[in-house]
Amino acid sequence: MSEIKKIKNLKEFSTSADRFEGANLLCPGCAHSIIVREVLNATNDDLILAASTGCLEVCTAVYPYTSWDASWIHIGFENGSTAVAGAEAMYKALKKKGRLKQPDRVPKFVAFGGDGATYDIGFQWISGCFERGHNMMYVCLDNEVYANTGGQRSSSTPIGSSATTSPAGSTSYGEKKMKKDMMAIMAAHGAPYVAQVAPNKWKDMVAKIQKGFAAEGPVYINAMSACTTEWKFAPEDTIAISDLATDSLVFPLYEIIDGTKLNITYRPKNIVPVRDYLGAQGRFKHLFTKQYEHILDQWQKNVDDKWTYLQRREEASV
Amino acid sequence: MADTMELLDIEVWDGNMAASQALRQVQVDVVAAYPITPSTPIVENYANFEANGYVDGEFVMVESEHAAMSGCIGAAAAGGRVATATSSQGFALMVETLYSASGMRLPIILNVVNRALGAPLNVNGDHSDMYLGRDSGWIQFDAYCPQNAYDLNFIAFKVAEDHDIRLPAMVHQDGFMTSHTAQGVATLTDEAAYNFVGEFKPMNDMLDLDHPVTHGVQTEEDWHFEHKARQQHALMTAVIPKIEEAFDAFEKLTGRRYNLVEAYDMEDADVAVICMGTSVETAREVAEEMRAQGIKAGVVGIRVFRPWPLEQLAAVLKNVKAIAALDRSSPHGTVGTLFNEIAGTLYNSETKAVLTNYIYGLGGRDLTKAHLVSIYGDLKANMDAGKPTTPLQQYIGLRGPKLSFF
Repeated sequence: MSEIKKIKNLKEFSTSADRFEGANLLCPGCAHSIIVREVLNATNDDLILAASTGCLEVCTAVYPYTSWDASWIHIGFENGSTAVAGAEAMYKALKKKGRLKQPDRVPKFVAFGGDGATYDIGFQWISGCFERGHNMMYVCLDNEVYANTGGQRSSSTPIGSSATTSPAGSTSYGEKKMKKDMMAIMAAHGAPYVAQVAPNKWKDMVAKIQKGFAAEGPVYINAMSACTTEWKFAPEDTIAISDLATDSLVFPLYEIIDGTKLNITYRPKNIVPVRDYLGAQGRFKHLFTKQYEHILDQWQKNVDDKWTYLQRREEASV
Repeated sequence: MADTMELLDIEVWDGNMAASQALRQVQVDVVAAYPITPSTPIVENYANFEANGYVDGEFVMVESEHAAMSGCIGAAAAGGRVATATSSQGFALMVETLYSASGMRLPIILNVVNRALGAPLNVNGDHSDMYLGRDSGWIQFDAYCPQNAYDLNFIAFKVAEDHDIRLPAMVHQDGFMTSHTAQGVATLTDEAAYNFVGEFKPMNDMLDLDHPVTHGVQTEEDWHFEHKARQQHALMTAVIPKIEEAFDAFEKLTGRRYNLVEAYDMEDADVAVICMGTSVETAREVAEEMRAQGIKAGVVGIRVFRPWPLEQLAAVLKNVKAIAALDRSSPHGTVGTLFNEIAGTLYNSETKAVLTNYIYGLGGRDLTKAHLVSIYGDLKANMDAGKPTTPLQQYIGLRGPKLSFF
């Protein structure tokens, strides 16, 4: 195993050699670029990267430009995971056959996909990669919507959110279903490491990415990615919204080791009411009306129940 | 290091075994595959080779054909020799990624054991899947028997991996009729087979850590057209000479001659049947019998379906007076694909042959010698009349009332 990179402070971290260039087409205030830099900067090792079709892909590899200073591949919407798994298989084959050009260097294999590519269309491919045990990290940039195509609902879209294919209206409060629990599903694959991260909690995130890189086998990272365009908040508020998400426990930060052992990694000193998080975003605006305010109570209850569940899992160490 | 397998000069192999042996001999680095009838034994045989030390590359059994080709693309972009196999519904599931593989200029070899496409579901051989792949930007070779399936794999790797080409290639064989029919196959030694294809030479490989590359970019109206034009340019100008070079080299090595267009008894032929796959061999037998009856009959087999060998075919058909294009796929609303291609080939040429179309063998229905005798009879009548004496498109071997169109 290669040496883990030491990062003391944010300044040192932010001035790491960039393998993801600032020259990209992502929206101002997009959390994707923050997350990707935090993942890439967590290691000095060589990287082989993949992205599924989505915001990150269309904004970073528009011919004749690329924002990637590490090998990168995109095939389609559903198969970023398998693209990097194929590259990892080739690495193993060439290693066995003694044909690697730099045999002393051990690259990390990372695939990025949005929640559409992860929770929905690419779900089977990810499951296949994890079942086969490729040595790779899959990072879901979870902005809870098909943002690249203009805001359609995905199975990560939370209840009450207004999306273009589950719009709020005079008879609808928007999305009716609960967000799919990808963390539990990926842990159930027996993956050595599964973690939920948020870019505002960068130390927690870097520690988890480094744990993930140190693990043998497939690692799943669910990264909350606040979307200024589809969540409808001002671009300068990305980190403030992310703070509300983690401090209201809407996005609890935790990890699951070897498919079972759950650790909560962030406990807010002051837990913020869920309505403060929802009220800061345009996608939930309609919930603050007499007609739909019962969904706010439902939301708070869901978050409380999940937090209780996570604490009980941690306590029981299962 | 993988173990060498001692082979007899002639082995009794079906088409699937012939293809798996070729994959073993060229020492593929990554096979990512998903089993589907009738190509399953290719993958099973390969798994067996791996389990017994005859293969030292990675063998990745994935969860679908789409994932199989996705994994092949990732592996090929990483920089090494890559192959897989499929059929029918699995091929259809792969289609999205077939376009990616060719657009990304990745030399992957896909053995397609041809099978009908449902509905209704059917496991037997026809050419629906082969035709589905015709616009995907892959090179397509067609085998008529297990020997061809073996030989064409070596040729496919040699052409596809050439740095002037860098395009993926399919080797087609007929489901069951070739894939499950054992015949004598003249073999190459492991060493001779590997040396014919040569060592894989990577290009733009993701695993060259000092030279990062970006694969699979976005282009819109500004560059997409130019990228697709370059792909077409490579297919149209570089591939055919490279295939002919490989055919020559293979003949030198083995004595077995392949051609873009296989012409049998065509030197003085008045009438010709044009077809693909196992039907070519049946048609050759019937053509000989027709000659004994005084009809100057010939057979043309398409060996390379993409890129389409337009000039070579036009040359072979130069003096023919009546042609039957046999299509083993439902044309679903038009004339058959071979009919169309041949019409396009001949329209601006001096050849003014009468061209008719026969749809046959769907879902594994046999094409019998009697069917071919009646086709040659039609062709003779067309030649004598100087115009079609039958409808342009006829279904043959169909139960119930006769079916014809145009």
